[in-house]
Order: sequence, then C-alpha cells, then structure tokens
Amino acid sequence: MMENLIALFNFGFFRNAFIAAFFASITCGIIGTYIVSRRIVFISGGITHASFGGIGMGYYFGFNPILGAVVFGILSALGIEFFTKRADLREDSAIAILWSLGMALGVIFIFLTPGYAPNLMSYLFGNILTVSKEDLIYLLLLAIFVIGVFLVFYRMIIFVSFDEEFALTNNAPVRLFNALLISLVALTIVLNIRVVGIILVMSLLTIPQAIANLFTKRFDYMMFYSIGFGFLGSVTGLSFSYIYDIPSGAAIIFSLVVLYGLFKAGFVVFGKANLKHRKM
Amino acid sequence: MAGANDLDSKKAFKYALINLHKMDSLVDIRNLSAGYGQNIVLKDVNLSIQQFDFVGVIGPNGGGKTTLLKALLGLIPPLTGEIIYDELMTEGNTHRIGYLPQINNIDRKFPVTVFDVVRSGLMSRNRLIGRYSREENERANNLMSEMGIFGIGKKAIGELSGGQIQRALLCRALVNNPKLLILDEPNTYVDNRFERELYEKLKVLNDKLAILLVSHDLGTISTYVKSYACVNGSLHYHSGNKVTPDLLKSYECPIQIISHGEIPHTVLYNHKS
Repeated sequence: MMENLIALFNFGFFRNAFIAAFFASITCGIIGTYIVSRRIVFISGGITHASFGGIGMGYYFGFNPILGAVVFGILSALGIEFFTKRADLREDSAIAILWSLGMALGVIFIFLTPGYAPNLMSYLFGNILTVSKEDLIYLLLLAIFVIGVFLVFYRMIIFVSFDEEFALTNNAPVRLFNALLISLVALTIVLNIRVVGIILVMSLLTIPQAIANLFTKRFDYMMFYSIGFGFLGSVTGLSFSYIYDIPSGAAIIFSLVVLYGLFKAGFVVFGKANLKHRKM
Repeated sequence: MAGANDLDSKKAFKYALINLHKMDSLVDIRNLSAGYGQNIVLKDVNLSIQQFDFVGVIGPNGGGKTTLLKALLGLIPPLTGEIIYDELMTEGNTHRIGYLPQINNIDRKFPVTVFDVVRSGLMSRNRLIGRYSREENERANNLMSEMGIFGIGKKAIGELSGGQIQRALLCRALVNNPKLLILDEPNTYVDNRFERELYEKLKVLNDKLAILLVSHDLGTISTYVKSYACVNGSLHYHSGNKVTPDLLKSYECPIQIISHGEIPHTVLYNHKS
C-alpha cells in the first residue's frame, strides 16, 4: 500500500493536493490558534457562510467565485466588528444575520444563473484533489502574508488579544489590529474553502488546535503543533480519500477527529500530569 | 556682588519651580460627567490626585466606580468637563498609569506565558515591533521576584492560582514605571493572606507612586489609604483615613464602619429591628 501511495506522487493532481494540504495547514494552524484563543469560532463560522454570497455572485456575473467570496468574507468580518462595537447590536445576532444573509444571497444568485452550476459541491464540501495551480499560488501568498504578519507583530497580537481593555489603556492600536486580524481570518477561511469547503473549513481551524492544546498552553507552540497535526490529518485524510474513494474534505475532517480522539484517550490513560492539571 | 545676587535669585527661582511642581496634582478631574450613550452615570465630578496620594474609592455597586476608572484610563471620553494630566504623567501620547483590572476580566484559558503577560505592560502604540531589551527583561524579572512569583515565568497563565494571577497582573501594571497605579477591586477571589500581603506591597509602592484603589472592603483598606473618594452618582472627597458614620450615611455607602481602639476592631451598623 505504501508503494501505491508513493506512486501517487507521479500524478500532478495528487502533488497539488499534497502541496495544498501543506499550505492549508500553515495558514489554518496559525489563524486557527488565534481564533480559538480569542474565542471567535462563532464569528469565523459566520464569515465562512457569509462568503457563500460572493460565490453565488461569481457564478451569476461570471467572475472567479473565490474572488467574490474574498470580498464577502472580509466585508462580513469587518461588518461584525462594526455592528457589535458601534451599532449596539448583540454580537451573536449580528453574526447570525450576516451568516444567513450571505447564504441567502448565494442561493438566490445561483438559482438565477442559467443552466447547471458546475463545481458547486466543491465549494460546499471542498475537493483538494481538484485544486489548480492558481489556487496554490493564492494559498502560498496567503501563507507568506500570515507568517509575515505573525513574525513581525507577534507580541502586539498577543497583547491586543489577551486583554483588549488593558491594551486600550496602554494606547495600543487595538481597533487597527482587530480589523487586520479579522480580515486575515476571512482570507484564510475563503482560500481554504477550495480545500475542504464552506461546511467543513471550521474544523481545519479548530481540531488541530484542540489536539495541540493537549500538549501545550503557549500560543507560539500551539501554532507550530497545530500546523503539524493539521498536516498529518490532511495527508492521512487525503490517502483515505484515494484508497476508499470517498470525498476528500470529509475524509480529512474525519482523520483529524480520530487523531484528536486517539491523543485525548492517550492523555486520559497515560497522562496523569495532565489530569492533575485539569483539577486546578 | 551682583553676580552672586543673580545666582541666589536664580536658585530661589529654581526651588520655587520645584515646589510648584510638587504642589501640582498628577491628575485633575474637573466637572466631569461620564456615562454610556444616554445613560449618565457620573455627574459633575471633581477630584485631584496628588503625587504619592493613596485614594480609596468606595461606593455602592452601580454608583459609578468603574465608570470613573474608565474615564481616568481614557477608555470612555468625558461627556462634559475634562481630565487634565500633569506632564509628569504623560509620555508621548500615553499616560503613565498602571492598571490592574478585575481578575474576572482575564481569560484564564488564553495560551500565554506569565513572563509574556508581565512584559506586555511595556507595549504601546509607539512600539509596534521589535524585541524587549535586556534591561526590560531584567526589570520584569526583578518585579516578579519582588512580588514573589519568580520562577513561574514560563508557566501558562491558566496554570496559576488566583493570587498568583493577581501578582502577575500587578507586575504588568508596574513594569512601565507608572506614576499612578489604579487597582480595580484587587481583593476579589484572593485569600486573606494574599490580600494583606498585597496591601503591604502597596504601602511600600506608595513611596514612589500615587495609588487609586477601588474596594468594597473599607475595613481593611482604612489603615492604608490617605484619603477617600466616595462615588455614588457624584463624588465626595475626604482627606484623611478616618471614616465617620455620619459621613457614610449621607452618601449611602453600604460598607463597614471602622473605629480605633486598643485592639484593631471593626464596628458594624446595628441591625434594624
């Protein structure tokens, strides 16, 4: 079976999928750690689904659906920031409204588009085996950008996210960083939609972090571990998807959850130190 | 002769200037009203905080203690009136205020180390990037050993006890050498021993900086503070740390009453029957 898997690398589509999994793990590992630490998983879910509106418009007006998703994603991310802080709207309500509004727009535009909507399923559930060179370039650029931002502004990002009020009293540019980071969250989500799809992308941003959190309680280590576990889960899922001929996105998520379950069980059985810690 | 006279008068002028500066208050709150939108919580507040002052801020819940803090910290703009900061207090566009928030404002599960939390007190708009200098790391380490949390710098904040988190946050508030330290109910969620230690620390710190302490527990703080600000919609200032029942009654502060005697003791209101 190993030989079979290695032989797979002769196929261009598999090489692309492998590289895509690598870039996806980097971007989702870093941004997911931010999302989980700040407890903005629900906001991220809202952004993910709101971006479907952009995909629908892409179909209708004939431009790249991912481009539409980028615009919708970033606008809804900034919209949630704005509405909850300035317009006195409850945060979870704002998220729910944008979440369903985006989905509704997407459905309307796809319905209005004459004929069959090709690849619609791949946007909903993702298909890492069909990523194009163009997708890979976008993912590479995103990975470079995310790594760059976190390398240069790491301390400020931690400062602003850990205790926003204290950061404000120190006159730190809290709003600027919140906007920058939520836009990065939106970009990461949208570009990874090609890999695992709208419905499943949240898991790439949370399950590797949950596994990493079993091992470490430091932001920097959590990013590195998440990248590692994300990549392990993606490649395992990719292989299963090929061997058993099941959809790749679902296979990746399933592998990640199984990985989490295995490590968690390992900690419960062997990791007494970890158990002691949780009692505190 | 004329030269010596000149020198003398110059000296006198210099000392006059120094004295003038000493008399200046660090922060002057003038006719301040503050609140949120249509809801005005504080009305017509006047307060000056002097250098090396130790103000105990007391008052009922919802009386505006937190609003006063937020206004002082620049988190909410004044609706009317103004807050004037002495130039001793300002450094670039930031005020030299150390802030210890209530401990339940902190997300204990956030993956961050104690050392990083302490050093984050050095961050501001003026230093977006760059590393901490060796001197800054040393200062953070010294502060941590002063506060009795040396050696736990590499632990995550979630692995600490309530008292240890308070100490770490106090280090964060002090690491940038503030002129005014603002503490928001530091005695919640900590045991009595830590509370006493904290107040003793504050007493020592008070030689170097002014302190504004918000507390429900007038009983304990009365031996430490130099003046009171009773906040209940408006603000009443009392210099000296003696508290009389009349004074408290007129401002409806539901707190304990202290009196001095042979042994330290606390006198409470009689029950209404």
